[in-house]
Amino acid sequence: MFLVESTLRSALAPSSALASALPAAAPQEAAHWEPFLPGLVVLLPLLGFVANGFLALRAARRSSAAVRAGKEWSPIAGSVRPRTHTLPTWIGPGVMAAAFGLAAINFATAWGAHLAEPVIAGPYWTWIATETLRIDAALQLDALSLAMTMVVTGVGFLIHVFSVGYMKDDPGYPRYFAYLNLFVFFMLVLVLGSGYGTMFVGWEGVGLCSYLLIGYWFSDVKKSDAGKKAFIVNRIGDFGFLLAIFLIFQGFGTLDFMPVSAGAAGEFAYGGTMVTAITLLLLLGAVGKSAQVPLHVWLPDAMAGPTPVSALIHAATMVTAGVYMVVRSSALYALAPTSQAVVAGIGVLTAFVAATIAFKQNDIKKVLAYSTVSQLGFMFLAAGVGAYTAAVFHLVTHAFFKALLFLGAGAVIHAMHHAVEHGDEPPAGHGHMDPQDMRNMGGLRKHMPVTWAVMGVATLAIAGIWPFAGFFSKDEIIWYAGAWAGAESNPFGGLYVAYWVLALVTALLTAFYMARLMVMTFHGANRTGPAASHLHEAPRVMIVPLVVLAVLSVLGGWLNVPEALHQTALGLFGAVPAEGLHHWLAPVVHAAEEIQAGAIGEASKSAPIGGGELAWALVSTLAAAAVVIATFRVLGRRSYATAAADPGPQTALGRFLHGKWYFDEAYERTVVQPVLAASRWCWKVVDTRVIDGFVNFTGSFTRVAGWVASVFQTGQVNMYAFVLALGVLLVLGAAVLLP
Amino acid sequence: MLLDYSSGFHYLLALAPEVVLSVAGMVVLLAGVTGKREGGPGHELGWLSLAGLAAAAVANGWLYAGVAEDGATAMIAVDRFRLFANWIFLLGAAFAVVVSLDYVARQKLQAGEYYSLILFAVVGMMFMASARDLMIVFLGLELMSIGVYALAAFNRRDRRSAEAGLKYFLLGAFASGFLLFGIALVYGATGSTNIHDVAVAVQEGTAARGLLLPGVALLAAGFAFKVSAVPFHMWTPDVYQGAPTPVTAFMAASVKSAAFVAFLRVFLVGLGDVSSEWGPILWWLSAATMVAGNLIAVVQSNVKRMLAYSSIAHGGYLLVALVAGNDTAAGGLLFYLLVYTVMNVGAFAVLIVAGNQSERGSRIEDFGGFGWRNPVLGVFMTIFLLSLAGFPGTGGFMAKLFLLQGAVEARLWVLSVILVLTTVVSYWYYLRVAWYMWMKDAPEGTAPARLAVPIAAHAVLLIAAGLVLLTGVFPGAPLELAMGAVEGLVEVVAGR
Amino acid sequence: MLVEHALLLSALLFVIGSLGVVVRRNAIIVFLCIELQLNAVNLAFTAISRHVGIEGQVFVFFVMTVAAAEAAVGLAVIISIFRHYGTVGVDKFNLLKW
Repeated sequence: MFLVESTLRSALAPSSALASALPAAAPQEAAHWEPFLPGLVVLLPLLGFVANGFLALRAARRSSAAVRAGKEWSPIAGSVRPRTHTLPTWIGPGVMAAAFGLAAINFATAWGAHLAEPVIAGPYWTWIATETLRIDAALQLDALSLAMTMVVTGVGFLIHVFSVGYMKDDPGYPRYFAYLNLFVFFMLVLVLGSGYGTMFVGWEGVGLCSYLLIGYWFSDVKKSDAGKKAFIVNRIGDFGFLLAIFLIFQGFGTLDFMPVSAGAAGEFAYGGTMVTAITLLLLLGAVGKSAQVPLHVWLPDAMAGPTPVSALIHAATMVTAGVYMVVRSSALYALAPTSQAVVAGIGVLTAFVAATIAFKQNDIKKVLAYSTVSQLGFMFLAAGVGAYTAAVFHLVTHAFFKALLFLGAGAVIHAMHHAVEHGDEPPAGHGHMDPQDMRNMGGLRKHMPVTWAVMGVATLAIAGIWPFAGFFSKDEIIWYAGAWAGAESNPFGGLYVAYWVLALVTALLTAFYMARLMVMTFHGANRTGPAASHLHEAPRVMIVPLVVLAVLSVLGGWLNVPEALHQTALGLFGAVPAEGLHHWLAPVVHAAEEIQAGAIGEASKSAPIGGGELAWALVSTLAAAAVVIATFRVLGRRSYATAAADPGPQTALGRFLHGKWYFDEAYERTVVQPVLAASRWCWKVVDTRVIDGFVNFTGSFTRVAGWVASVFQTGQVNMYAFVLALGVLLVLGAAVLLP
Repeated sequence: MLLDYSSGFHYLLALAPEVVLSVAGMVVLLAGVTGKREGGPGHELGWLSLAGLAAAAVANGWLYAGVAEDGATAMIAVDRFRLFANWIFLLGAAFAVVVSLDYVARQKLQAGEYYSLILFAVVGMMFMASARDLMIVFLGLELMSIGVYALAAFNRRDRRSAEAGLKYFLLGAFASGFLLFGIALVYGATGSTNIHDVAVAVQEGTAARGLLLPGVALLAAGFAFKVSAVPFHMWTPDVYQGAPTPVTAFMAASVKSAAFVAFLRVFLVGLGDVSSEWGPILWWLSAATMVAGNLIAVVQSNVKRMLAYSSIAHGGYLLVALVAGNDTAAGGLLFYLLVYTVMNVGAFAVLIVAGNQSERGSRIEDFGGFGWRNPVLGVFMTIFLLSLAGFPGTGGFMAKLFLLQGAVEARLWVLSVILVLTTVVSYWYYLRVAWYMWMKDAPEGTAPARLAVPIAAHAVLLIAAGLVLLTGVFPGAPLELAMGAVEGLVEVVAGR
Repeated sequence: MLVEHALLLSALLFVIGSLGVVVRRNAIIVFLCIELQLNAVNLAFTAISRHVGIEGQVFVFFVMTVAAAEAAVGLAVIISIFRHYGTVGVDKFNLLKW
């Protein structure tokens, strides 16, 4: 197998077809590039895990000694001792900083060398070797994996730093960092592995860590249930992934990415059954991992974990693994137009459904969770319309601004939590105040100006307003969806037009619910009650990562300025190189794009209802901005929760004027109410009935099955002998009668 | 050297590991009887047994390294398949002996009898692995079973142990009857009990099908009992729960391995040409075993019982290899048995350390907070559980992968899907224990005390965990051995 | 001709033994039924060996030996259980069940 690989690599040498087919902007000859200690990037977080895990066990041991000495003891975490915090504080973020540094060196040199063909680091050892199957423990370094590594280590590092402040008072501090480091290790294995086998290791590993971290505060039964739910749903997805791996192996005799993507077109016919089956099964895995409809239900529940975990695992990295996998398998998806339509369909449907559900949520993390689901839907849409670079682009920018939003929310929750704890009396009408409920917030801008500012940046970014990151990435996706719909011979042209329309609507919904979040949290009157005096800005160790992410959320979009906008005002008149990320990723998706170009012809140059890219970019950013402003104006004046004291105006005219001509109400009745009803329906029926019902059903089914079988397990020897004899009769009958 | 069976001495050479171990067993027995004290700790007898096992391993290695047989027809096979399997048994038995040391002393069992029974049972297993004659299969099986019957009932002060022993004995003897009748019918059909001759007769079509097919069915039923395939599994949970835990570990690992090894040789080598007849039967047994074993395991609240159902479920996975019947699956089966022995004994070893013979200590609630009280044991147990579940990076994953590969090569799509699906189910109950260990508080009213772990048990756990991880991360060497061990096995009969 | 008859008889005895194991409650009787099964098999071996050679008769001796060993262990186990429960009725002990 490795022989095949190396011959393949030599066949793909710079002079070969691949290099010459690279886009014009890439140099004709890619310079030779040697990765710098790539194994260490992966190894460092693992070392961090080992060290922190050891410290966690030592802390537990010490506290169990404390119990024997008759002192109070918490069995899980050990007693709170600042001493147990010192080392993890340095080790946890430290290994991440080192890993990020290494990744950055590699990325920079590879970028400089215009890395064209993947470089295999290793094999470090042979993991599986049989006559037919060989899996090496090797890393594949190419444009995609390096970009992903940058995101994972970079955003991961920032979140580790943030956690230092956020988890300061948690007794399980070393354990927390151990899990977090372990997660990063598996995530790096996932994105850097050189084949589907290695990817699966990472895939399972991140799932395990996610499970551990969702249930991190396990004393709460509901939270540990959330972990279980995530676990079950993910296993459904993993099942599909595993079957797909086997089918790939059957087809190619290997699981390495390079021969698979190079040989896909030769192995499978366009639109063939086998390739469609493989891609659909892979999709099942991706849908589970990336929380797409109908397997999205675990992600909102996963918010039970600590907020930095939500930021790292359930927003920036792990949940994007599905998108990564689809892009990695782009050569296969390009061959299966049906699967592509399903990918795009699931993506856009998820985007829409999740966005509507986000409308009605009052828990700040729930809003962000549904928002994440929705944005992941956009990435799937991109991947489904063959715009793989757009998917990765949005993945990267989303990692920046969604991590920022979550960490910002974490800072808010942190502040609320402290305020509630230190507040002398509970606020009126609340026995226990939920620090995550936005109805208890409001006006936090005054107390937390920096958090407000960075959250504002992130909101503008996710809403898709120029010049923030989301503008470029989301606009590109919608644009590609339209272009794909208008492609010469697209078998599902009409369907894609519908997708395109739905995506447009969803983009505006995004602007709305994010603006609502900002309004309810930071603007208007404060509803925290007397505890409000204890609200304060987060400590510096938490603020600094927020600011860095905010900067990235502004600049991230400029990685990939579209060609069409490059020379215009929206592209700052060519000040930034065009399509940087696109050129960078071109070698990765080259095989897929070639297949697509051959199969469905040129993509359309205009949107389905006319207009070029510049026009649409202007329209979309203005529309998003309008929605944000309108939401601020409308919702900003609404008072939440504490409306009881205000009797309101008395005269009809006064009411009419105060009600702003009842525009709000009309709007409410004609637009908001139906949408909210739909949103409630989606949430109530789809989420709680169908999906939860299914999850519960699998649970009760196994229980009933177990019970039925145990009816026979009476402990009576005669009963056992009877069943045994019955079995013999069955076997005997089958042997004698059947043939 | 080449064995020459015209010399009687060479028969002894071919049986070197068995002979060595039998002698060791007798020495242990005699030492136990002549020892002065009644019910003393008996550690020295345990170490003596270990020495015997080591000597047998050396003899086995000698056969492995340089002894070849002349042809492939003798009653006793001297092939790598047998010798590799022997190592699995010896390893499992050595683990069982070490984890018994403390147990035997604590429960004041008669050490001499106890350890010698283990050794004799291993001799039986080794005979089963070497058997190229149905007569030897039967003798080996009975030698093993009789020893294990006694071991299951060994703790005479515990009525559960007596009950487990009786159930196992009655049902085991009952099942042996079917096996024996099957042997008689196959003998009647083919005119021989030699597996090679049976294969030739079956291949040439001279076997009387009217006798052969019922015979095959009864053989399958007899083996299915020993590997606790559904619906022949009903004794398993009761016996596993009631027997002394070290014996349960021994049974779950080694007894099952031996049964599978003999099952494989008899069916793939001897009866391979009627696989179209027994294939569907084993197919259904396998599917039923995987589904029922896993589903029932989900509802267990006693960890020992859960592990019993888990061992049933693993039997189902292994049956897939028999149905597949190709080299990959057969090699995968040996590799699986190796990994399974290690991880299973490891998991049971933690149970042994964690609890006494009493019910206490094996309820799942008793594992609340276990990991934080006993971090080392907790980490080991987690590794074993993950491996049993088939988590990537552990030997359990690799082993399952090769079974799956064998199944896919044989185009057993449905079985492959069932295997994967039921594995998914199995994550649930394995990780539930891990969940309790790390995520729950200790049950009410128990002093969260740290356990004193004997050094020997620590060593076993360390070795077992190391092997589990080693076979998961670097499976190359053991896998090559396993694959080499089955090379040519299935094709011994010319022309197949 | 004789062989078929002998095999038929053997099968009949075997089935009777099996039925006994399933329906009888006394451990000793159950055990004796198992012995009956083994002896039914012995009959089959002896009958078949008339046609195909001496092997079968050798087998019979082994089976008898094994049966004796089994009896020894089995009776010991039954005595042990009698000490605990004061009965050998197999329906009386189901401490271990589902």
